[in-house]
Amino acid sequence: MIITALFFYLFAGVCVASAFMVIAARNPVHSVLFLILAFVNAAGLFVMMGAEFLAMILVIVYVGAVAVLFLFVVMMLDVDFASLKTGMLQYLPVGALVGGIFLAELLLVVGAWTIAPGAPHAITAPIPPIAHIHNTEAIGLVLYTKYVYYFEAAGMILLVAMVGAIVLTLQHRVRVRRQSIAEQVARNKATAIELRPVRPGQGWGGPSS
Amino acid sequence: MTIGLGHYLAVAAILFTLGIFGIFLNRKNVIIILMSIELILLAVNINLVAFSSHLNDIVGQIYALIVLTVAAAEAAIGLAILVVFYRNKGSIAVEDINIMKG
Repeated sequence: MIITALFFYLFAGVCVASAFMVIAARNPVHSVLFLILAFVNAAGLFVMMGAEFLAMILVIVYVGAVAVLFLFVVMMLDVDFASLKTGMLQYLPVGALVGGIFLAELLLVVGAWTIAPGAPHAITAPIPPIAHIHNTEAIGLVLYTKYVYYFEAAGMILLVAMVGAIVLTLQHRVRVRRQSIAEQVARNKATAIELRPVRPGQGWGGPSS
Repeated sequence: MTIGLGHYLAVAAILFTLGIFGIFLNRKNVIIILMSIELILLAVNINLVAFSSHLNDIVGQIYALIVLTVAAAEAAIGLAILVVFYRNKGSIAVEDINIMKG
Protein backbone atom coordinates (compact mmCIF):
# COMPACT_ATOMS: atom_id res chain seq x y z
CA MET A 1 0.00 0.00 0.00
CA ILE A 2 2.84 2.37 0.82
CA ILE A 3 4.40 1.56 -2.56
CA THR A 4 1.14 2.51 -4.29
CA ALA A 5 1.03 5.85 -2.51
CA LEU A 6 4.69 6.47 -3.31
CA PHE A 7 4.17 5.82 -7.01
CA PHE A 8 1.03 7.93 -7.06
CA TYR A 9 2.83 10.90 -5.58
CA LEU A 10 5.76 10.37 -7.94
CA PHE A 11 3.58 10.28 -11.06
CA ALA A 12 1.28 13.07 -9.90
CA GLY A 13 4.12 15.32 -8.78
CA VAL A 14 6.13 14.94 -11.98
CA CYS A 15 2.96 15.34 -14.06
CA VAL A 16 1.94 18.59 -12.37
CA ALA A 17 5.48 19.97 -12.35
CA SER A 18 6.01 19.27 -16.04
CA ALA A 19 2.55 20.67 -16.86
CA PHE A 20 3.66 23.86 -15.11
CA MET A 21 6.88 23.89 -17.12
CA VAL A 22 4.85 23.51 -20.34
CA ILE A 23 3.26 26.90 -19.79
CA ALA A 24 6.28 28.52 -18.14
CA ALA A 25 9.20 27.44 -20.33
CA ARG A 26 10.85 30.11 -22.44
CA ASN A 27 11.61 27.84 -25.37
CA PRO A 28 8.61 26.19 -27.07
CA VAL A 29 10.72 23.12 -27.83
CA HIS A 30 11.20 22.68 -24.10
CA SER A 31 7.45 23.12 -23.71
CA VAL A 32 6.80 20.24 -26.10
CA LEU A 33 9.31 18.02 -24.32
CA PHE A 34 7.71 18.79 -20.94
CA LEU A 35 4.32 18.04 -22.52
CA ILE A 36 5.66 14.60 -23.45
CA LEU A 37 6.84 14.09 -19.85
CA ALA A 38 3.43 15.12 -18.51
CA PHE A 39 1.67 12.66 -20.83
CA VAL A 40 3.97 9.78 -19.90
CA ASN A 41 3.35 10.38 -16.21
CA ALA A 42 -0.39 10.63 -16.82
CA ALA A 43 -0.10 7.24 -18.52
CA GLY A 44 1.49 5.99 -15.30
CA LEU A 45 -1.50 7.31 -13.37
CA PHE A 46 -3.80 5.50 -15.81
CA VAL A 47 -1.96 2.24 -15.19
CA MET A 48 -2.39 2.75 -11.45
CA MET A 49 -6.13 3.20 -12.00
CA GLY A 50 -6.32 -0.06 -13.90
CA ALA A 51 -6.75 1.39 -17.39
CA GLU A 52 -3.73 -0.18 -19.05
CA PHE A 53 -5.08 0.02 -22.59
CA LEU A 54 -5.79 3.73 -22.32
CA ALA A 55 -2.35 4.28 -20.83
CA MET A 56 -0.67 2.64 -23.80
CA ILE A 57 -2.95 4.50 -26.22
CA LEU A 58 -2.02 7.73 -24.47
CA VAL A 59 1.67 7.01 -24.94
CA ILE A 60 1.24 6.00 -28.59
CA VAL A 61 -1.18 8.73 -29.67
CA TYR A 62 0.13 11.65 -27.65
CA VAL A 63 3.83 10.99 -27.32
CA GLY A 64 4.16 9.25 -30.67
CA ALA A 65 1.91 11.41 -32.80
CA VAL A 66 0.61 14.64 -31.30
CA ALA A 67 3.76 15.73 -29.47
CA VAL A 68 5.93 14.95 -32.47
CA LEU A 69 3.51 16.96 -34.63
CA PHE A 70 3.91 19.88 -32.23
CA LEU A 71 7.67 19.44 -32.34
CA PHE A 72 7.69 19.51 -36.13
CA VAL A 73 5.56 22.65 -36.27
CA VAL A 74 7.62 24.44 -33.61
CA MET A 75 10.85 23.62 -35.38
CA MET A 76 9.64 24.35 -38.91
CA LEU A 77 8.11 27.74 -38.24
CA ASP A 78 10.79 30.40 -38.12
CA VAL A 79 9.16 32.50 -35.42
CA ASP A 80 10.82 34.90 -33.03
CA PHE A 81 9.50 33.27 -29.87
CA ALA A 82 11.25 35.77 -27.61
CA SER A 83 9.01 38.57 -28.84
CA LEU A 84 5.96 36.43 -28.18
CA LYS A 85 7.06 36.16 -24.55
CA THR A 86 6.98 39.91 -23.97
CA GLY A 87 4.07 41.08 -21.89
CA MET A 88 3.81 37.73 -20.19
CA LEU A 89 4.08 39.33 -16.77
CA GLN A 90 1.36 41.75 -17.77
CA TYR A 91 -1.15 38.90 -18.00
CA LEU A 92 0.17 37.16 -14.89
CA PRO A 93 -2.11 38.82 -12.28
CA VAL A 94 -5.40 38.23 -14.08
CA GLY A 95 -4.33 34.73 -15.03
CA ALA A 96 -3.32 33.91 -11.48
CA LEU A 97 -6.58 35.38 -10.20
CA VAL A 98 -8.78 33.35 -12.55
CA GLY A 99 -6.68 30.22 -12.12
CA GLY A 100 -6.61 30.52 -8.33
CA ILE A 101 -10.36 31.02 -8.06
CA PHE A 102 -10.95 28.13 -10.43
CA LEU A 103 -8.62 25.81 -8.54
CA ALA A 104 -10.16 26.75 -5.18
CA GLU A 105 -13.64 26.03 -6.53
CA LEU A 106 -12.58 22.72 -8.03
CA LEU A 107 -10.87 21.61 -4.84
CA LEU A 108 -13.93 22.62 -2.82
CA VAL A 109 -16.04 20.46 -5.12
CA VAL A 110 -13.60 17.56 -4.82
CA GLY A 111 -13.46 17.90 -1.04
CA ALA A 112 -17.18 18.05 -0.32
CA TRP A 113 -18.85 15.79 -2.80
CA THR A 114 -20.45 12.39 -2.44
CA ILE A 115 -21.53 9.86 -5.02
CA ALA A 116 -25.28 9.63 -5.36
CA PRO A 117 -26.60 6.48 -3.67
CA GLY A 118 -28.22 5.26 -6.86
CA ALA A 119 -25.09 5.68 -9.00
CA PRO A 120 -23.32 2.40 -8.16
CA HIS A 121 -26.46 0.49 -9.14
CA ALA A 122 -26.90 2.37 -12.42
CA ILE A 123 -23.66 1.31 -14.08
CA THR A 124 -24.15 0.07 -17.61
CA ALA A 125 -21.09 -2.09 -18.27
CA PRO A 126 -19.30 -3.31 -15.14
CA ILE A 127 -15.60 -4.01 -15.38
CA PRO A 128 -15.09 -7.79 -15.20
CA PRO A 129 -12.51 -9.06 -12.69
CA ILE A 130 -8.99 -8.69 -14.04
CA ALA A 131 -8.25 -12.37 -13.43
CA HIS A 132 -10.84 -13.42 -16.01
CA ILE A 133 -10.76 -10.74 -18.69
CA HIS A 134 -7.97 -8.21 -18.96
CA ASN A 135 -8.53 -4.55 -19.61
CA THR A 136 -7.99 -4.49 -23.39
CA GLU A 137 -10.41 -7.33 -23.97
CA ALA A 138 -12.99 -5.80 -21.65
CA ILE A 139 -12.86 -2.52 -23.57
CA GLY A 140 -13.12 -4.35 -26.87
CA LEU A 141 -16.11 -6.38 -25.71
CA VAL A 142 -18.04 -3.19 -25.01
CA LEU A 143 -16.58 -0.84 -27.62
CA TYR A 144 -17.21 -3.06 -30.64
CA THR A 145 -20.69 -4.13 -29.64
CA LYS A 146 -22.61 -1.56 -27.67
CA TYR A 147 -20.68 1.54 -28.69
CA VAL A 148 -19.77 0.60 -32.23
CA TYR A 149 -21.46 3.70 -33.68
CA TYR A 150 -19.36 5.94 -31.45
CA PHE A 151 -16.31 4.01 -32.58
CA GLU A 152 -17.21 4.59 -36.23
CA ALA A 153 -17.98 8.24 -35.55
CA ALA A 154 -14.49 8.56 -34.04
CA GLY A 155 -13.09 7.04 -37.21
CA MET A 156 -15.02 9.53 -39.34
CA ILE A 157 -13.72 12.40 -37.20
CA LEU A 158 -10.16 11.22 -37.73
CA LEU A 159 -10.77 10.88 -41.48
CA VAL A 160 -12.18 14.40 -41.69
CA ALA A 161 -9.26 15.73 -39.65
CA MET A 162 -6.77 13.98 -41.91
CA VAL A 163 -8.38 15.22 -45.13
CA GLY A 164 -8.73 18.71 -43.67
CA ALA A 165 -5.11 18.90 -42.60
CA ILE A 166 -3.91 17.70 -46.01
CA VAL A 167 -6.18 20.09 -47.92
CA LEU A 168 -5.13 23.01 -45.72
CA THR A 169 -1.40 22.52 -46.02
CA LEU A 170 -1.14 21.20 -49.59
CA GLN A 171 0.31 23.78 -51.90
CA HIS A 172 0.61 23.34 -55.63
CA ARG A 173 3.83 24.88 -56.89
CA VAL A 174 3.54 26.09 -60.49
CA ARG A 175 7.16 26.16 -61.59
CA VAL A 176 8.10 22.71 -60.39
CA ARG A 177 8.46 20.05 -63.10
CA ARG A 178 6.51 17.01 -62.03
CA GLN A 179 6.65 13.43 -63.12
CA SER A 180 3.62 12.44 -65.23
CA ILE A 181 3.26 8.78 -64.60
CA ALA A 182 0.29 8.36 -66.96
CA GLU A 183 2.29 9.79 -69.84
CA GLN A 184 5.23 7.53 -69.08
CA VAL A 185 3.06 4.45 -68.88
CA ALA A 186 1.24 5.34 -72.11
CA ARG A 187 4.52 5.45 -74.09
CA ASN A 188 4.96 2.63 -76.56
CA LYS A 189 7.21 1.87 -79.50
CA ALA A 190 5.06 3.76 -82.00
CA THR A 191 5.11 7.06 -80.08
CA ALA A 192 8.59 6.85 -78.62
CA ILE A 193 10.66 6.04 -81.75
CA GLU A 194 10.67 8.18 -84.86
CA LEU A 195 12.35 7.03 -88.07
CA ARG A 196 13.66 9.68 -90.46
CA PRO A 197 15.27 9.07 -93.83
CA VAL A 198 18.79 10.54 -93.89
CA ARG A 199 20.59 11.05 -97.19
CA PRO A 200 24.22 9.92 -97.26
CA GLY A 201 26.77 12.69 -96.79
CA GLN A 202 24.26 15.33 -95.76
CA GLY A 203 22.90 14.29 -92.43
CA TRP A 204 19.78 15.59 -90.84
CA GLY A 205 19.91 19.11 -89.60
CA GLY A 206 17.65 18.65 -86.66
CA PRO A 207 14.04 19.56 -86.09
CA SER A 208 14.57 23.32 -86.58
CA SER A 209 15.90 23.16 -90.14
CA MET B 1 -2.17 6.70 3.11
CA THR B 2 -4.73 5.01 0.85
CA ILE B 3 -4.91 6.59 -2.57
CA GLY B 4 -8.57 7.12 -3.38
CA LEU B 5 -10.69 8.83 -5.95
CA GLY B 6 -10.18 12.24 -4.36
CA HIS B 7 -6.43 12.17 -4.98
CA TYR B 8 -6.90 11.60 -8.70
CA LEU B 9 -9.59 14.25 -8.90
CA ALA B 10 -7.24 16.71 -7.19
CA VAL B 11 -4.49 15.99 -9.72
CA ALA B 12 -6.98 16.45 -12.57
CA ALA B 13 -8.19 19.72 -11.06
CA ILE B 14 -4.62 21.04 -10.78
CA LEU B 15 -3.86 20.03 -14.38
CA PHE B 16 -7.06 21.68 -15.62
CA THR B 17 -6.20 24.89 -13.77
CA LEU B 18 -2.68 24.85 -15.16
CA GLY B 19 -4.14 24.58 -18.65
CA ILE B 20 -6.40 27.57 -18.12
CA PHE B 21 -3.55 29.49 -16.50
CA GLY B 22 -1.38 28.70 -19.53
CA ILE B 23 -3.95 30.17 -21.90
CA PHE B 24 -3.91 33.39 -19.89
CA LEU B 25 -0.16 33.47 -19.47
CA ASN B 26 0.78 32.84 -23.11
CA ARG B 27 -1.84 34.94 -24.81
CA LYS B 28 0.41 35.72 -27.75
CA ASN B 29 1.67 32.27 -28.64
CA VAL B 30 -0.84 30.02 -30.38
CA ILE B 31 1.33 26.92 -30.06
CA ILE B 32 1.44 27.14 -26.26
CA ILE B 33 -2.32 27.77 -26.23
CA LEU B 34 -2.84 24.54 -28.20
CA MET B 35 -0.62 22.71 -25.72
CA SER B 36 -2.67 24.14 -22.85
CA ILE B 37 -5.82 22.79 -24.50
CA GLU B 38 -4.13 19.39 -24.66
CA LEU B 39 -3.43 19.65 -20.93
CA ILE B 40 -7.07 20.48 -20.24
CA LEU B 41 -8.23 17.47 -22.25
CA LEU B 42 -5.73 15.29 -20.38
CA ALA B 43 -7.24 16.46 -17.08
CA VAL B 44 -10.70 15.57 -18.37
CA ASN B 45 -9.43 12.12 -19.33
CA ILE B 46 -7.95 11.56 -15.87
CA ASN B 47 -11.32 12.48 -14.37
CA LEU B 48 -13.16 10.06 -16.65
CA VAL B 49 -10.82 7.18 -15.97
CA ALA B 50 -10.81 7.87 -12.22
CA PHE B 51 -14.60 7.69 -12.05
CA SER B 52 -14.62 4.65 -14.32
CA SER B 53 -12.21 2.90 -12.00
CA HIS B 54 -14.02 3.97 -8.85
CA LEU B 55 -17.54 3.09 -10.00
CA ASN B 56 -16.36 -0.10 -11.71
CA ASP B 57 -17.94 0.96 -15.00
CA ILE B 58 -15.94 0.58 -18.20
CA VAL B 59 -17.96 3.10 -20.21
CA GLY B 60 -15.87 5.91 -18.74
CA GLN B 61 -12.76 4.47 -20.34
CA ILE B 62 -14.55 4.22 -23.69
CA TYR B 63 -15.60 7.84 -23.39
CA ALA B 64 -12.00 8.75 -22.58
CA LEU B 65 -10.98 6.95 -25.77
CA ILE B 66 -13.40 9.10 -27.81
CA VAL B 67 -12.09 12.26 -26.11
CA LEU B 68 -8.56 11.17 -26.99
CA THR B 69 -9.57 10.79 -30.64
CA VAL B 70 -11.15 14.22 -30.76
CA ALA B 71 -8.10 15.74 -29.06
CA ALA B 72 -5.78 14.23 -31.66
CA ALA B 73 -7.99 15.47 -34.52
CA GLU B 74 -8.16 18.92 -32.96
CA ALA B 75 -4.37 19.10 -32.62
CA ALA B 76 -3.87 18.09 -36.24
CA ILE B 77 -6.38 20.60 -37.61
CA GLY B 78 -5.15 23.37 -35.30
CA LEU B 79 -1.54 22.92 -36.30
CA ALA B 80 -2.49 22.78 -39.99
CA ILE B 81 -4.37 26.06 -39.65
CA LEU B 82 -1.36 27.47 -37.81
CA VAL B 83 1.01 26.46 -40.61
CA VAL B 84 -1.27 27.99 -43.28
CA PHE B 85 -1.61 31.18 -41.25
CA TYR B 86 2.14 31.45 -40.83
CA ARG B 87 2.61 30.93 -44.57
CA ASN B 88 0.21 33.77 -45.34
CA LYS B 89 1.12 36.30 -42.66
CA GLY B 90 4.62 35.35 -41.52
CA SER B 91 3.62 35.49 -37.88
CA ILE B 92 1.71 33.42 -35.35
CA ALA B 93 1.05 36.12 -32.78
CA VAL B 94 -2.54 36.11 -31.65
CA GLU B 95 -2.90 39.88 -31.98
CA ASP B 96 -2.09 39.61 -35.70
CA ILE B 97 -5.10 37.35 -36.25
CA ASN B 98 -7.50 40.19 -36.96
CA ILE B 99 -8.14 40.05 -40.69
CA MET B 100 -11.88 39.68 -40.25
CA LYS B 101 -12.03 42.53 -37.70
CA GLY B 102 -14.41 40.54 -35.58
